[in-house]
Amino acid sequence: MVELSDFLIVAAILFSISMAGIFINRKNLIVLLMCIELMLLAVNINFVAFSHYLGDNSGQIFVFFILTVAAAEAAIGLALLVVLFRNRQTINVANLDQLKG
Amino acid sequence: MISFEQLLFYLFAAIIILSAVRVVTVRNPIHAALYLVLTFFTTSALWILLEAEFLAITLVLVYVGAVMVLFLFVIMMLDIDIAEMREGFVSILPLAVVVAVMMVAVMVMVVGPHHFGLEIYPAAVRHAADYSNTRDLGSVLYTVYLYPFEIAAVILLVAIVAAISLTHRRRPDVVTQRIEDQVAVTKSERLKVIEMKAEERR
Amino acid sequence: MTISDLHSVTIAIVLAPLIGALIAGLMSDAVGRKGAHTITITGVAISFILSAILFKYLVFEGGATIEQSVYTWLVSDGIVFEIGFLIDRLTVMMMVVVTFVSLMVHIYTIGYMAHDEENWPQESLAGRNSYQRFFSYISLFTFSMLMLVMANNFMQLFFGWEAVGLVSYLLIGFWSVRESAVYANLKAFLVNRVGDFGFLLGIGAVLMYFNSLDYMTVFENAELHKDVMVEVIPGSPWSLMTLICLLLFIGAMGKSAQFPLHIWLPDSMEGPTPISALIHAATMVTAGIFMVARMSPLFELSETALSTVMIIGAITALFMGFLGLVQNDIKRVVAYSTLSQLGYMTVALGASAYAAGIFHLMTHAFFKALLFLGAGSVIIAMHHDQDMRNMGGLRKYMPITWITSLIGSLALIGAPGFAGFFSKDSIIVAVGHSTVAGSGFAYFAVLLGVFITALYSFRMYFLVFHGKERMSEKSRSHLHETPWVVTLPLVLLAIPSVVIGFLWVDSMAFGDFFGSAIYVAANHDVLTALAEEGHNAVSMLLHTPISAPFWLALAGVATAYLLYMRETWIPELIASRFSRIHNILLNKYYMDEFASAFFGGGSRLLGTGLWRLGDMAIIDGLAVNGSARTVGWCSSLLRHIQTGYLYHYAFAMILGLLGLFLYFLF
Repeated sequence: MVELSDFLIVAAILFSISMAGIFINRKNLIVLLMCIELMLLAVNINFVAFSHYLGDNSGQIFVFFILTVAAAEAAIGLALLVVLFRNRQTINVANLDQLKG
Repeated sequence: MISFEQLLFYLFAAIIILSAVRVVTVRNPIHAALYLVLTFFTTSALWILLEAEFLAITLVLVYVGAVMVLFLFVIMMLDIDIAEMREGFVSILPLAVVVAVMMVAVMVMVVGPHHFGLEIYPAAVRHAADYSNTRDLGSVLYTVYLYPFEIAAVILLVAIVAAISLTHRRRPDVVTQRIEDQVAVTKSERLKVIEMKAEERR
Repeated sequence: MTISDLHSVTIAIVLAPLIGALIAGLMSDAVGRKGAHTITITGVAISFILSAILFKYLVFEGGATIEQSVYTWLVSDGIVFEIGFLIDRLTVMMMVVVTFVSLMVHIYTIGYMAHDEENWPQESLAGRNSYQRFFSYISLFTFSMLMLVMANNFMQLFFGWEAVGLVSYLLIGFWSVRESAVYANLKAFLVNRVGDFGFLLGIGAVLMYFNSLDYMTVFENAELHKDVMVEVIPGSPWSLMTLICLLLFIGAMGKSAQFPLHIWLPDSMEGPTPISALIHAATMVTAGIFMVARMSPLFELSETALSTVMIIGAITALFMGFLGLVQNDIKRVVAYSTLSQLGYMTVALGASAYAAGIFHLMTHAFFKALLFLGAGSVIIAMHHDQDMRNMGGLRKYMPITWITSLIGSLALIGAPGFAGFFSKDSIIVAVGHSTVAGSGFAYFAVLLGVFITALYSFRMYFLVFHGKERMSEKSRSHLHETPWVVTLPLVLLAIPSVVIGFLWVDSMAFGDFFGSAIYVAANHDVLTALAEEGHNAVSMLLHTPISAPFWLALAGVATAYLLYMRETWIPELIASRFSRIHNILLNKYYMDEFASAFFGGGSRLLGTGLWRLGDMAIIDGLAVNGSARTVGWCSSLLRHIQTGYLYHYAFAMILGLLGLFLYFLF
């Protein structure tokens, strides 16, 4: 039988990969967004797995909302990216340092 | 002996992990996006194993069908200098791998079989064949979670408005039809009566 | 009269002058000059008449002491802060004196200030309604003084105390266009601050140990605190009563101009003369004397305090008299005589002869007001020239002023039969019988003081009214007697100056006039002892030829006659021969210099120290700039963390996540 911990470990690995992806692709905003999607996916896997093993639907409802918010986030993130590229002709994160004092 | 279910699980898990690794390592963002699609697909398969059919389908529809297409659109629309993006990729890789491995090690220690094994969380009882996950979720979603559901709808609406208003621009160099101006036009703007001497009859 | 009638009367006494002051002051243009003096004089007259009624009720009809709470301001932790009146025989006597002298001064002021606009520059706005303002001030002063004497608690006493100080400040600097007046009123105010500081600390100590500000509560419990010791300076315990009494007496020293806080009084002569008469001779300066008498249940418990009071009074009585000898300003001579007489009263307090002190306060109020108003009359006639060297021979020009001034001077020096004779002699004999430490010195001082008093009083009298006419021809042609509004108060004041001593000495000084208002411990009670020996008005008169004060006063008059009428070259010879002493006297023992160096310099040093160390170093440097610098320093460290790169923040989050996991694991 597949154990709950198996799913959790898969999610953990997925999470760590996307985290490492954020590091190594730190200049590419698109891939960063993709990594964030991966992270959310890892979390969702956890939710669904717990929901199944605990026999409680609430976890799946949560995933539903996370998907909603993630979709919204992806849409707005990409819109920002387009505007950013239009204004600065680059999506290099290293150039986005106006915040630095 | 590995059961069929386990076999499927390990297969999908391996695909998820490998494609996720590819997502973060491939050079071309389009390839990354496509690998991401693969990751989502296999994840949805995994969720089928967990009897979350509705969410699995939603994931394919929403993510693969909408979000990832959006990603591909954007990637193709923008003229991205990939070489510049890859700067420092190799130098940071070892650190990233070390941190990731550490994370995995620690997290496995937390969520591993020791805490979440079958002894503690036994396998759930499989639902009967006439069980509908969608109906089950819907009955909860439209009653207990009605307000959050509505809020989620508003969030999506706001996201639509925000995305459009962010990217929308009026391009002065493009000739367009402005209907409101056409409707609001008055006679004096279009018709000019001038007085001139009558020409002599020849 | 019923109790509620009495209460209404009490409130009316206080409010009448206040209403007069408010109308004259705030609506000066509407009421005009005539309206201003009519209203204020009416107010004070009402006060005087009602006070007289109360006096009759309490003294002749044997009415009970009136204790009345008018308004409770607040109650905090069981301590009541209220406005209330305590009318006993001591209070009612003060009320009558204050309102009577005030009424006389009000009437006199009509004449004195008639041409006040001449004292102001043409364009001065303040000069436009100065007449009304002056009346408003003196009425306000009457109100304040009544609040002070009628108080039944320390808070109201302090209110009246400060209010008279404020009005005194306003009036000394009344001619605010004169630099010397502004300097003098500041000086008076600041010197009084020194005294008030002690006074306030004393009230604070009372509040702390008695948990009440009410006179009666405090006095009833005073005995319980007799043996309480406090350590102001750790390691040296003091008797609580001594501490409280000394602190309160410091307040009295400021207000009643006792050495070394006397320096403001001579300068206060910058104010208009009616004020000098009312405030700086008859009433306000006696507030300290009154206060100590009022606090007699406390002072009786501390020999140390009594001794201090007596010695301070003796120093003032003697040494301030010397200064009167060298002054040429007519008002300043009277001012120094006031100082010296206040010294007498203080000595009496120190000898536990409170009744004699208060009795002298009363007689002094009449004859000193008379002397001041007489001096003012002379000043009017001399067109505001106050230098005695320019006077002389005024007797034939101003007969009423002359005769009343002579009466005043005789009363001051204690000529037999006059008011001052009884009051001063009772002080002197009381001091002679006192056993408090320092009474020997005090007795010597008051005896010598009699001679000095006679000398400077008659020096002034001879210089002004007799001898060569030294004024300019122009002044002489304008010399004439002053109008009736000036001379009427002189006459009215001259009458009590003559008779009041004989009438009241038996009951006030040696009798039981004050009853329970003044408490004297049995072993201090010199006056009762004297009364038992058969002292009374008649015996005092009969014993005149064999009493030292009489001969000393006579010697003083004779010396004055010799020096300033016959052999006028002698004073100059003395001045040049003893030029060093003369200089010291002219410079008032260098007390002004001492005060400005010690108090002025001290507070400036303290201020500079607080400014440099407290304000600039601690508050500005440490608290304000220091905290800003600390924040800035922390920020300059923290800003290195804030790179602005997203992946640095992500990394920080991951580290946090790792930490959390490790926390769950172990």
